Amino acid sequence: MTIVWGIVGMLVGVIIAAQLVWPALNTHLEYFTFGRLRPLHTNAVIFAFGGSALFATSYYIVQRTSQARLFGGPLVGFTFWGWQLVIVLAAVSLPLGMTMGKEYAELEWPIAILIALVWVAYALVFFGTILKRKVQHIYVANWFFGAFIIVIAVLHIVNNMSMPVTLFKSYSMYPGTMDAMIQWWYGHNAVGFFLTAAFLGMMYYFVPKQAGRPIYSYRLSVVHFWALVSLYMWAGPHHLHYTALPDWVQSLGMVFSLILLAPSWGGMINGIMTLSGAWHKLRTDPILRFLIVALSFYGLATFEGPMMSIKTVNALSHYTDWTIGHVHGGALGWVAMISIGSLYALIPALWGKERMYSIKAIEWHFWLSTIGTVMYIVSMWISGVMQGLMWRAVNPDGTLTYNFVETLVQMYPYYFLRFVGGAIFFLGMFIMVWNVWKTIAGTKAVTHAVPQTAH
Amino acid sequence: MSFGLIHGLLTVLLMILFGGIVWWAFSSRQKERFDEAANLPFADDDDQPTRKRSEKGDKQ
Repeated sequence: MTIVWGIVGMLVGVIIAAQLVWPALNTHLEYFTFGRLRPLHTNAVIFAFGGSALFATSYYIVQRTSQARLFGGPLVGFTFWGWQLVIVLAAVSLPLGMTMGKEYAELEWPIAILIALVWVAYALVFFGTILKRKVQHIYVANWFFGAFIIVIAVLHIVNNMSMPVTLFKSYSMYPGTMDAMIQWWYGHNAVGFFLTAAFLGMMYYFVPKQAGRPIYSYRLSVVHFWALVSLYMWAGPHHLHYTALPDWVQSLGMVFSLILLAPSWGGMINGIMTLSGAWHKLRTDPILRFLIVALSFYGLATFEGPMMSIKTVNALSHYTDWTIGHVHGGALGWVAMISIGSLYALIPALWGKERMYSIKAIEWHFWLSTIGTVMYIVSMWISGVMQGLMWRAVNPDGTLTYNFVETLVQMYPYYFLRFVGGAIFFLGMFIMVWNVWKTIAGTKAVTHAVPQTAH
Repeated sequence: MSFGLIHGLLTVLLMILFGGIVWWAFSSRQKERFDEAANLPFADDDDQPTRKRSEKGDKQ
């Protein structure tokens, strides 16, 4: 399902990118306008594609490294079907215009309650499995998954506190600026824990596994974990620079965002250095290449992020395409590529195969993804910086040099490049579908024996 | 005690706590436990095809 939702989410992404180049594509149907499809795109790629990948890998990893079967019996099935139902409901309600209006938390209250139920079940299954583990230690990947599950539960429930008016409409319970702060406390921690910590859990299992050697420094990973989880919580205000939010809160958010560079890069270095002494594997193993390039994009995005959170830089970058470029550097480069690499390692293991059907196809997929991502983020960088500079340019008499439409005209070539980059990335996903199909067709998933450590 | 002072003390306390975590993680007493933990992903290598593949170098 991860792959299916990945395709759906990215297809909607490519459509809205095209809508930005050719506005006529918005058509006269309100269900098909940019404003309604955009939340569908973000929800589909983050929660449907990313979420399904996380459920799958976390269940697999926690079992392998705890040497125990999943706890909870029917709860496991409930998390799968419940989550799929959430996704389908989102896909129906968002184009119909039902929304809370909170970015990344658009879904209306009945769906939000269903999410909370699924999430509690997820936590029960995951921590139940940890509790019945056969080994003394809880592997670092599980720490990251655990933090992700707890924090997302807290964030989701607090941010979705609202007054239902009808079945399809509710209003946030918090007033004004406080609502904005809670929304971005939620929003940035969704990035920090959903899109970062959880995928780091994936990284801490699949990079060592695929490289055939343990993580470069386990102690660094412990420090990485505690530093990351304690710092991310405070970075949210950088989404609200130069707004009604008190100045000191903005500065606090900026400082914590800057410090975040340290654990982020520590984690990246830890992952990449795992290959030290085995660099040649990068030449022959495209799966490993997916994982390592994902880490490189992670490093890029976590350098760019703190930089953009500096108030003076933010004055230029905020509200421009630069932000979109930054997000996609993280989303395509880090989240999607680490997931794709992990899935290529996971799928043959689940179906009892030696390897994927075609290694050549993985190679093709790798290059398409990399080229697509780079095209996307470079075009958005250029477009964003240009936008920011044009918006702030003033004549000697204090009037604005450019009107808004003039800036928009300049964006056209870059919007087209972005569309092409996104389409190339999307194409790669079809190669993956074919490859996965060929790998698993005609075989049944195997049930692995529970691993036992020799004592 | 003013709020400013409490917040200041809390900051110092948390920094000490973080320093403690770093010191704990890097103390040599943890080395053996950590090595053991770091090898957990490979505990299942006998029934997993993954390792054989990476050792073969994946040429085809």
